[in-house]
Amino acid sequence: MSWLESFRTSWSAVYSHALRSTLTVLGILIGIAAVILTVGLGLGTQKDVSAQISSLGSNLLIVAPGSSTDTAGVRGGFGSSSTLTIADAEALESSVNAPDISGVAAEKTTSLSLEANDTNWTTSVTGTTASWLDVRARTLSAGEFISADDEEKSASVVVLGSETADELFGSQRVVGQSVVISDKTFQVIGVLDSAGSDSSSNLDDVAIVPFSTAASVLVGGTESSAVSTIYLQASNGGQLSAAYQEAETLLLNLHSISDSTAADFTISSQDALVSTATAVYETLTILLTGVAALSLLVGGIGVMNIMLVSVSERTREIGLRKALGAPPGAIRRQFLIEAAILGLSGGLLGALLGVTAALILPGVIGSSIVVSPAAVGLSIGVAIVIGISFGVYPATRAARLAPIDALRSE
Amino acid sequence: MVDPSATRLAPETDVPAPVIELRGAGKTYRSGSIEFEALKGIDLAIYEGEYVAIMGPSGSGKSTIMNVLGCLDTLTRGEYRLGGTDVNDLDEVELAEIRNRQIGFVFQGFNLLLSLPAWRNVELPLIYGGIPRHERKQRAEQALDRVGLGDRFENRPGELSGGQQQRVAVARALVGEPTMVLADEPTGNLDSVSTQDVLALFDELHARGRTIVLITHELEVAQRAARIVWVRDGEVIRDELTEEAAA
Repeated sequence: MSWLESFRTSWSAVYSHALRSTLTVLGILIGIAAVILTVGLGLGTQKDVSAQISSLGSNLLIVAPGSSTDTAGVRGGFGSSSTLTIADAEALESSVNAPDISGVAAEKTTSLSLEANDTNWTTSVTGTTASWLDVRARTLSAGEFISADDEEKSASVVVLGSETADELFGSQRVVGQSVVISDKTFQVIGVLDSAGSDSSSNLDDVAIVPFSTAASVLVGGTESSAVSTIYLQASNGGQLSAAYQEAETLLLNLHSISDSTAADFTISSQDALVSTATAVYETLTILLTGVAALSLLVGGIGVMNIMLVSVSERTREIGLRKALGAPPGAIRRQFLIEAAILGLSGGLLGALLGVTAALILPGVIGSSIVVSPAAVGLSIGVAIVIGISFGVYPATRAARLAPIDALRSE
Repeated sequence: MVDPSATRLAPETDVPAPVIELRGAGKTYRSGSIEFEALKGIDLAIYEGEYVAIMGPSGSGKSTIMNVLGCLDTLTRGEYRLGGTDVNDLDEVELAEIRNRQIGFVFQGFNLLLSLPAWRNVELPLIYGGIPRHERKQRAEQALDRVGLGDRFENRPGELSGGQQQRVAVARALVGEPTMVLADEPTGNLDSVSTQDVLALFDELHARGRTIVLITHELEVAQRAARIVWVRDGEVIRDELTEEAAA
């Protein structure tokens, strides 16, 4: 009996027990779809995280005020701590004290309402210096960025994020327009290119003004010289830890603190945060994949169960086939192929469901899912292997049945 | 219709080798310490073209004879030759091949696969015989034609009467052109009309020269055969030609 004949026979057996076959397939299907989705979710999250590295600028160190121990890098809101000042930022720019720091950008951020024409839009207004564009690795889509001159004169100029510009002016030409912030009129001199969003904020919904303007005009008071964050750029990737040392030493000196554990600021590197996050996501992915694989195992046991039921239910059929001349090998093959068909259908349908869900779900849950062809192919292969390996025992039992016992059974 | 083989009915003429030959055939079943001797050394020879009924009450050993003749069970003593081959020494795979080529089974309970249409049931032995697909369908339809079910190819067993189902089973037994047709209580599940129907079919097959071995406990059925072998307690107690054959 050829393989093709065995396949035809097995297929008609699967087909004639449609409901039972469907339920068995469902067990495998869910397992496969779960594996594809969890692996895809893990990969997608890792991709998101690594995309943040480039969006935040390379070789970046972040100095935040206060002795925050928040490892996720969540900064306190503006004004919650004011231990860092613009003087700290200026000191860090010194090429003598900090030779490995090539760029410094201090930020003073607050949330304010912007008005243009009749439109109102609340966004985060950031006061910073000319070096910000380089340090944060951003580019402009139109106009120009804040200059040293603007800083010196506390000029009323603003550079808008792409989304902010869109919200305020729609499709109009943005550069040259006026925006009112805190009853003061600002002139738009540039628009930033889109950079997406990181875990805590939308990088495209910002308004950048000169630091001096923000300090005096927008915030004022005793807090005027305080900064919310200082971004430091190391001269290259290899100098990141040297830059870290220099920044720490310098700031401890400036703040007259001798014990580094009592520091009133924290320096974190974006790479370190990313690798921590990646490690967490990897662990999570492994855990979830384990759970999904477990459900695949349960599906496989389902196949075995149904094949055993099938063998005992069809004992007479097996006896008859043997009486008509089926050798044990043909019987074993028939049941093995049956199990493989169940496994394969589960694998294919599961992959289909998994891939479909991977296309739809990101829009719903907001995190990307990466479907790797290797994972899909592998899980289909695993489904067949599960079908066959859990089919071996029932098939062997069927093949070993003595024809006369099989024929006599009711 | 004159089939040349029909003229070679009587075993005495030109002394050919028997198709089926049991010599000192014994079968003992063991279940733990209990032994049961189902066959106590039977000698039996059946020649080509014969129509033999093996007749006996239940427990007489006729089912064991049927299983042995059908190569579904092996002897514990003695010898069984089928078409000249000693069957006793064959392994599972070789036995399967013998069943496929030499024996056409007809069972009491029909044993049709309910999910398959008639012709697919009939083609089953040909699948295991390695016959190509297009030829199988053709031969299955011819066999169904021969048993008078030429218009029922596509019907499933559930759509056929008991008599028709047994005809399908007979067609299945014939399709591989086996050395003998082995029927185990073929009318046991049928009403009297269908019984006559199926027995008439056997008469016809016999007339065309088929070797038929029929196992039954009903004298009325056994009398349709040309020869009756009476079995009791694992022994042949009488072996005679029927009146019909003598006539």
